[in-house]
Amino acid sequence: MYHLILYILIIGAGTLGELCVTRAMKVVGEVKDFRPAAIVRVFARAVRVPWMWAGIALMATAFFSLLTVLTTQNVSLVVPVTALNYGAGALGGRLILGEKVSARRWVGVMVVCVGVAVVVLGGR
Amino acid sequence: MTSAGNLHFKTFLFILLMVVFGPLGNVLLGKGMKRIGTVQVTDLTSAGHLLAQILSSPTIWAGIASLLSFFVAYMLVLSWADYSYVQPASSVAYAMVALLAHYLLRETISPLRWAGVLIICLGVLVVGYTPPRTTEPR
Repeated sequence: MYHLILYILIIGAGTLGELCVTRAMKVVGEVKDFRPAAIVRVFARAVRVPWMWAGIALMATAFFSLLTVLTTQNVSLVVPVTALNYGAGALGGRLILGEKVSARRWVGVMVVCVGVAVVVLGGR
Repeated sequence: MTSAGNLHFKTFLFILLMVVFGPLGNVLLGKGMKRIGTVQVTDLTSAGHLLAQILSSPTIWAGIASLLSFFVAYMLVLSWADYSYVQPASSVAYAMVALLAHYLLRETISPLRWAGVLIICLGVLVVGYTPPRTTEPR
């Protein structure tokens, strides 16, 4: 039960965190000027969007949950589970950010999920 | 260049930066920390000594710079592209890690792992054929 909660935190908080960062960057708006000074201004604007801080806090929660799981469970067991992040990401993009995830994109995401799991099972 | 072509191009470019700088940063940090070795931190003096060692390593600074570049590229690309496009597309990083491990660190990569890398690239190719942005700019 304890591990299940941690896994839910790793995937749920991790994905929600990245969705929050995405939302924050959409609030900042499309970046079109890539000169260093302009990028610094984008950065300064991004840290004033509360979504950015919510995202960072959630991503930190996911990171520390991962570290906690890794203290008791084997890496080869833990990391394939994180392949589920890709499915959760597409679902979150669709439901929370309103992105249009087409059938083709779903297929691609599922293939990536399988590939990541195989890479991890392949070990070093 | 058309605006759709332009969008595809800059999305591709920034995902490429993420895929190069993310794994490179991790490898450099790993190498830098291994060179310092296992350190017993018992008091403030030894902690200060460790910090001085970390801060004087060019490899670690290169790693930090790489990871910073990764994060900036990640933030910028998300200012226009879908999360459900960027996230799967950036999994090409697994291929980059395998290549770096094979050529730079001389590690042996199992055939199963290479097969996984191929499957990931196939999935990314499929995602790459969808439009990078499906929401209206705010």
